[in-house]
Amino acid sequence: MNIVERFGGVFLLPVAIAIIAFVLIGAPSSWLTLTVAGLAMGMMLFLMASGLSLVFGLMDVLNFGHSAFVSFGAFVAASVLAYFGGWLGSDSIVLNIMALVFAISAAIVFGAALGWFFERVIIKPVYSDHLRQILITMGALIVAEQLILATWGGTPTNVPRPQFLEGTIIVGGSSLEVYRLFAFVVGALVYAGLYLLLNKTRMGLLIRAGVENREMVEALGFRIDRLFIGVFMLGSGLAAMGGAMWAGYETLITPALGAEMMVIVFIVVIIGGLGSIQGTLLGAIMVALMQNYVGYLSPKLALASNMLLMMAILLWRPYGLAPAVK
Amino acid sequence: MSLLQIKNMDVSIGQYSVLHEVTFDVPEGGVFVLLGRNGAGKTTTLRSIMGLWDRPIGSVTFRGEDISALHTSDIAKKGIAFVPENMGIFGGLTVAENMVLATTSGKFDQTRLTRVYELFPALEQFWDKQAWSLSGGQKQMLAVARAIIEPRDLILIDEPTKGLAPSIISAMGESFREISETTTILLVEQNFAFAKSLGRDMAVLDDGKVVHTGSMADFAADTALQDRLLSLSMEAS
Repeated sequence: MNIVERFGGVFLLPVAIAIIAFVLIGAPSSWLTLTVAGLAMGMMLFLMASGLSLVFGLMDVLNFGHSAFVSFGAFVAASVLAYFGGWLGSDSIVLNIMALVFAISAAIVFGAALGWFFERVIIKPVYSDHLRQILITMGALIVAEQLILATWGGTPTNVPRPQFLEGTIIVGGSSLEVYRLFAFVVGALVYAGLYLLLNKTRMGLLIRAGVENREMVEALGFRIDRLFIGVFMLGSGLAAMGGAMWAGYETLITPALGAEMMVIVFIVVIIGGLGSIQGTLLGAIMVALMQNYVGYLSPKLALASNMLLMMAILLWRPYGLAPAVK
Repeated sequence: MSLLQIKNMDVSIGQYSVLHEVTFDVPEGGVFVLLGRNGAGKTTTLRSIMGLWDRPIGSVTFRGEDISALHTSDIAKKGIAFVPENMGIFGGLTVAENMVLATTSGKFDQTRLTRVYELFPALEQFWDKQAWSLSGGQKQMLAVARAIIEPRDLILIDEPTKGLAPSIISAMGESFREISETTTILLVEQNFAFAKSLGRDMAVLDDGKVVHTGSMADFAADTALQDRLLSLSMEAS
């Protein structure tokens, strides 16, 4: 084991990106603002992409409709937040938090239920047929987008934020949005929960084993198809949660949100490697930092920078940075 | 009564018909060896017994019950373990985690675990290591250890000696002999010397059909028959 691997290996890459950006940006306060924004965005991307990575790894399903869960999560959360508008504007932090918890919970429950329907009706008939999976899930994304258009309308929907998440705090001359710090903390907590689920429970052990060799898990006496449904619902619920958090981050959302996020979510999963939440977190943080730094230094190159990052990583590691299966 | 009876089993994979009316009985106890040239259908036979292909035509009877329509996981729960040709090790999991997955309750029976350590001491040494870091022989030991960590009636083992060093093959043979004192083994093997040293009964598959069944002792003594069915009389001598 060389010294780089001993101190974290590929997991040092976001640190390397941050150090290079620090040198290029020059102004420490701007760098800190961009770094916090990147970490917050990374955590939201992680929420959106982690389910896709597990579904891809465990079920070998190319779900191009995954970002439909992000869209629905965003719009369901926006509607719940609008319904509790009075609580959001209240000075009571308890009412603020309750409105937020209701909105995020509604998004997760709706996403998981939609995931169950999606797996049973759309995915199940096309297991082991990648071409049909791509076609049918792309079609489902279009249908989802039209359903959102029909339900919430085509004009951008305003997403109210709870009072306690408004504003900024000043740290070392940098202005840091409270919502971004909140998004980072929520993402970190979800990561910790997922890590514990996958590494400290029997179900997690089965999921990790299933990502590597589904057939062998069945030969050991377990029903992997039941695990599939559970993982699909978990992934859909997390994507919807990511959508809900993203809606609060953007404060203005359109029905095209899912399609817009699809490319970046796939880049995250491809960079991170299939079936690994550590890899997904790494990919999400790298993509988000890159987008924020390059967006500051050369705005026109923001999206292209992530494409270039993905190409470079695939040339170096064709299976991504930290895939579940080595 | 036979432990496992295969009767008129036909298996097709896609548009290809791979097994044709395969029929043989595996008696309880000892090692039953399935021999045959490359592509004869040995692996397909094991996978079909385990329910890893679409339901075969014909019957697969285990302890008098037809299991041919059961799901793979239910077949495993009947007491049949499978060690595939690629060993089926979960490389990203530790040796301990691989073993835990093979238990029904998630807990080890200490007596059986001690027996596993006695049979395969390397596993105790590498207990907390990730399985991908093991050598080929150690991975094979782990695959077999997983099959015996809980009481099973039958273990299906597919070409366990493939790619292993002679000293490891010899140790593996000793382990199989000990395991077969309490558990029946259905062994698919191309290494005839290894198969001969372990097998009590045997069948030969050729082009998807059973072309010979009988005792291993008789087959080992008949070099002309070996030559005709397997083209390996030189190796067998």
